[in-house]
Amino acid sequence: MSSSVVDNAINTGRAMRALIYVTLLLFALFYLLPFFIMVINSLKPLSEITEGNMMALPKQWTIDSWLGAWSTAQVGVEPTGLRPYFINSILMVVPAVVISTVLGALNGYVLTKWRFRGDTVLFGLMLFSCFIPFQIILIPMARILGLLGLAGSTSGLIMVHVVYGIGFTTLYYRNYYASFPTELVRAAQIDGAGFFRIFWRILLPSSGPITVVSVIWQFTNIWNDFLFGASFADFDSQPMTVALNNLVNSSTGVKEYNVHFAGAILAAIPTLLVYIVAGRYFVRGLMSGSVKG
Amino acid sequence: MGFLEIRSASKSYGAVQVLHEIDIAIEEGELLVLVGPSGCGKSTLLNMIAGLEEITAGEIAIADKVMNGVHPSRRNIAMVFQSYALYPNMTVAQNITFGLEMHGVAKDTRDAKMREAAKMLQIESLLDRKPGQLSGGQRQRVAMGRALVRDPDVFLFDEPLSNLDAKLRVEMRSEIKRLHQNLGTTIVYVTHDQIEAMTLSTRIAVMNGGVVQQLGTPKEIYDLPANLFVASFMGSPSMNLLPATLVSDNGSICAEISTALSDAVRLKLSQPSAALSGYIGKQVTLGVHPESITDAMVVEHGAQQVEKVFNTIGLIEPTGPDTFVTATFGGAECMARIHTNTDVRPGQNFEFAINMDKVVVFDSQSEQRIT
Repeated sequence: MSSSVVDNAINTGRAMRALIYVTLLLFALFYLLPFFIMVINSLKPLSEITEGNMMALPKQWTIDSWLGAWSTAQVGVEPTGLRPYFINSILMVVPAVVISTVLGALNGYVLTKWRFRGDTVLFGLMLFSCFIPFQIILIPMARILGLLGLAGSTSGLIMVHVVYGIGFTTLYYRNYYASFPTELVRAAQIDGAGFFRIFWRILLPSSGPITVVSVIWQFTNIWNDFLFGASFADFDSQPMTVALNNLVNSSTGVKEYNVHFAGAILAAIPTLLVYIVAGRYFVRGLMSGSVKG
Repeated sequence: MGFLEIRSASKSYGAVQVLHEIDIAIEEGELLVLVGPSGCGKSTLLNMIAGLEEITAGEIAIADKVMNGVHPSRRNIAMVFQSYALYPNMTVAQNITFGLEMHGVAKDTRDAKMREAAKMLQIESLLDRKPGQLSGGQRQRVAMGRALVRDPDVFLFDEPLSNLDAKLRVEMRSEIKRLHQNLGTTIVYVTHDQIEAMTLSTRIAVMNGGVVQQLGTPKEIYDLPANLFVASFMGSPSMNLLPATLVSDNGSICAEISTALSDAVRLKLSQPSAALSGYIGKQVTLGVHPESITDAMVVEHGAQQVEKVFNTIGLIEPTGPDTFVTATFGGAECMARIHTNTDVRPGQNFEFAINMDKVVVFDSQSEQRIT
């Protein structure tokens, strides 16, 4: 880059630059406002909220509502807080993400590097599963879970999410591996590597970006799912989203808005963390394959 | 029995037959080049030797063992791919030893072999780098190193030089030739570049349309092309093909052609044969290499019979060591190679000397050489 200032869309004058930043800043503030309100109200005693000024900073800072939401709040009928449900969610999300991602990667590998008759049709059918609305399968899935003896268990939820996730993860990995040179697989075959060895040693080490995409996508979707959790989980396997709903809708006593705010943030933290840690790879992964290089 | 034998091997994809009954046999230590235009099936044949494509019919045997249905890794072959196919996530050293590791070779032996190959190819300083940090020529060397350490019965090269720039290509060509001379291993080499084929090979198979048009030494292919396809594909510039009529003249056979100055010039063939007598009075195609049509000063060394013909010069293309000129013989524009010091200009009537020893005659209908 030369140091001389060129007047174009990227290099504009100072006033223009200031205007752009002010606008961006305003929009950022606007988008952050709801989160700001949630945070400050979760740090207030309930009395300050009921006084009516939601926008004001707390006069008395407290983390009681956070502790309450985590371990003592009334969820449904039990005063357990959100903690057991948070653990339920983790126990459901981690295996479901891992299994669906691994299966998607294997599917993508087979569909691109071990082509067989009818593979595109099969891939088309798998893609189709991405477009099936959740509501349609509620009743058949309940029946299947019952037959398999998985009804109302975390394993059952894992299965539902894996089945729903495979379509997406297969799509990601297939398109990613389609641009992976087949000559490498052939070279590895001549070198004596077998089906899994080629996958493990040659393809997987080059799959970082798309794995990030797959994990973020699956993690957010499964963590945020409410419908399957509410439909297929028992009391002791309910995920975080269902518990949050029960916390907010508990009919006994006064509405503890500060606790609700804290609970909602708690429910959102894992997905936020995943985005912050892996987010910058996300766009890179989505773009790879579409652009050479 | 040859070391590598391909016996009536065919390949079809569904109803489409891409290779028709290929028969090739070569001895141990030969360098066979499969050459032909794109889509002629040469890469498919190489993949069949490698075991990456199934053989639809026929047999391929390496060292007297029939390889049909044998897994690529158990054929004791090594392959160098056009794109080099280096594993991007591994270092150069890991790339070279991966095959040995997969075959359960102990780490000490692996390292020793890797060092040896790296030394031979002068890539010792690159061993810790990733393929992405290498230049094209370096990647090429690594790919060859990966093949070398395997000590294979047969090396397979799939257009290994086509991704390199012109200068590097010539360098690597010599390198491959040197490697072949030093190691004496059997090599099958696929290329579409007929100069590569001529310079590298001990034997060439010219392919077109899934059929081997001619199998022979470079000299046989060049001097005595089996048909018009081989004649027009090999050589740069390629063989001149000019229509002529065979006539009988005082007991010898002559080819009668037209020039810009005369309707019928008679060129006496130096090797009349019974087969050629059968074509007297008929239309044939003469094949003459550019270096066999020249000026009287530089008639080829040892030429027995030379015919001198006046003709008008069309274009002049000096290349430095030689000058190529065009002239119309028998209604076809022909390329002639004359001495760079011979003074010529377009439109000039010039005396060409045709070395009749090197002239071959083709049947115009069947396109086969008349022997």
